[in-house]
Amino acid sequence: MSTLLHDILTGGYGAMLARAEAGVIRSATHGGHGDAVQNAFTLCCFLFACACFVLSLKWLSAPTTARKGNHIGALGMLAAIVGALVSSEVVHYDWIIVGMVIGAAAGIPMALLMPMTHVPQRTALSHAFGALAAALVGVAHFYMDFGKEGTPPYVMAILCAEILLGALTFTGSLMAFGKLQEILPTRPMTYRGQNLVNIGVLSGAVLCGVALAIWPDQTWILPILIVLSLGFGVMLILPIGGGDMPTVIALLNSYAGLSASLMGFVLDNKLLIVAGALDGASGLILSIIMCKSMNRSFTNVLFGAFGQVQASQQQGDKKPVKSTTAEEAAQILGIASRVIIVPGYGMAVAQAQHKVRELYDHLTKRGVDVRFAIHPVAGRMPGHMNVLLAEAEIPYDKLAEMDEINGDFAQADVALVIGANDVVNPAARHDPSSPIHGMPILNADQARAVFAIKRSMNPGFAGIDNELYTLDQTLMLFGDAKAVVGSIAKELSDME
Amino acid sequence: MTSDLFSHLFVFLLAAFLGLEVIKRVSHMLHTPLMSLTNAISAISVVVAIQLAGQGHSRLGMVLGTIAVACAMTNIVGGFLITERMLRMFKKREVKP
Repeated sequence: MSTLLHDILTGGYGAMLARAEAGVIRSATHGGHGDAVQNAFTLCCFLFACACFVLSLKWLSAPTTARKGNHIGALGMLAAIVGALVSSEVVHYDWIIVGMVIGAAAGIPMALLMPMTHVPQRTALSHAFGALAAALVGVAHFYMDFGKEGTPPYVMAILCAEILLGALTFTGSLMAFGKLQEILPTRPMTYRGQNLVNIGVLSGAVLCGVALAIWPDQTWILPILIVLSLGFGVMLILPIGGGDMPTVIALLNSYAGLSASLMGFVLDNKLLIVAGALDGASGLILSIIMCKSMNRSFTNVLFGAFGQVQASQQQGDKKPVKSTTAEEAAQILGIASRVIIVPGYGMAVAQAQHKVRELYDHLTKRGVDVRFAIHPVAGRMPGHMNVLLAEAEIPYDKLAEMDEINGDFAQADVALVIGANDVVNPAARHDPSSPIHGMPILNADQARAVFAIKRSMNPGFAGIDNELYTLDQTLMLFGDAKAVVGSIAKELSDME
Repeated sequence: MTSDLFSHLFVFLLAAFLGLEVIKRVSHMLHTPLMSLTNAISAISVVVAIQLAGQGHSRLGMVLGTIAVACAMTNIVGGFLITERMLRMFKKREVKP
């Protein structure tokens, strides 16, 4: 009984192999009955954790229950950790404690001090950590249990896939972090034959995995697989521009989950399979939503190298733009009855969300109906704008999704575009030569008047000219988003 | 052993479909917290990292396991805390002091 439970819990193939080889039952060396009780307790903890994780995601569906969801998720994780700590595999605790203290010491400041505008970077960085953990565990088990003759090919294949995914997610997420933090150039980096090289490196890594599945005792192949996977992670993110980051972050999220799940297959741990599958599903859904919102396919995002085609576009005839002052904008906003604000990444960069809140307060006080139109890919990760506006304490029922609000632009007196660009570019609707053609956009151009706050007339992230700025009803407000919104708010308060 | 593989595939399949159904219903406005929460949950590999760092017979396993525990723990602590911080900000109506 005790060996059975022990196998279910931890040993799995590893324990079975060890038993077959040495002819002894491994867990018997730890002592019989105590182990069974211990491991049954561990299994109960893991089962409880699974239920918690599912409930946690379920409760996250609405803002009213979301915090409860987060709490039960944390409770589930606590149960899982307790379960692991008491399992009979663990015989000493000093290194575990060291690891936990270091991890907590790094995690707490990252969570509490990081400004909300930096959430995409933090997320990318923690994907890197999660993936590194998964890859390291895989590598350790390879050398301890599986890298020898007699390992079934499919076990080795799964283990190799796990290490490959973990390693590529690690470097890929670090690259994404670098681009988001602007340590690395945010423009796509491309060269001739890039896709060919990428596919070559990936096939090399896969071939290593196949070779190991056939000859599991050839342990020298593993370092090659790891290096190729790490390299592929870097090369995968090189050609990806900042505008595609939401999709890529979601995809990396999915990979991290998948690698945890594969680990569960190899180590016979169903908690890992379930939690990893939940995470993988979440990343998959988010990346599908992001792709749909840009009318692009996965392959196009990953291999399309956005931002290359536009060089020729920019020499088109330049129509003049009209600009205005904060004072004039404030007067028009003050007499409007319906205003829709379109926030974009520029608002995040300028940290303008608190000034936007001031503007919102002044307008609401005057009886103006103010709502926010949020494009799914605005910002650098899914839901980025919502978090920033929520941080500025704008009530979330004023934040509207694209489908919900797009019909209302025609009735709006003013559309105020703050640091958004491609998501309001009408070229997406009618210009087949535009790189963003077909992308669903916010209909800001249908509002009676459009104010667009922008630092300068430089094209946006995708490097595309925006027709919205040259429309008859559009007035540009040049300057830093925070300063401009601040002065509009001030003008409004002076008018009271 | 093939039966093991299939019982795992069953679990994986069910969990993946359950995940797709549950997460489809998550409000778009909460996608950033969703991502940081699933990020914390994906650090579930802490479980096997702990077993690796605490076992007594492989030094390599202990070293790699300890690093893995530290990495996963960063995610867990950071992930749940920042999710909490974000979710606290979502308010329906402002509370007037």
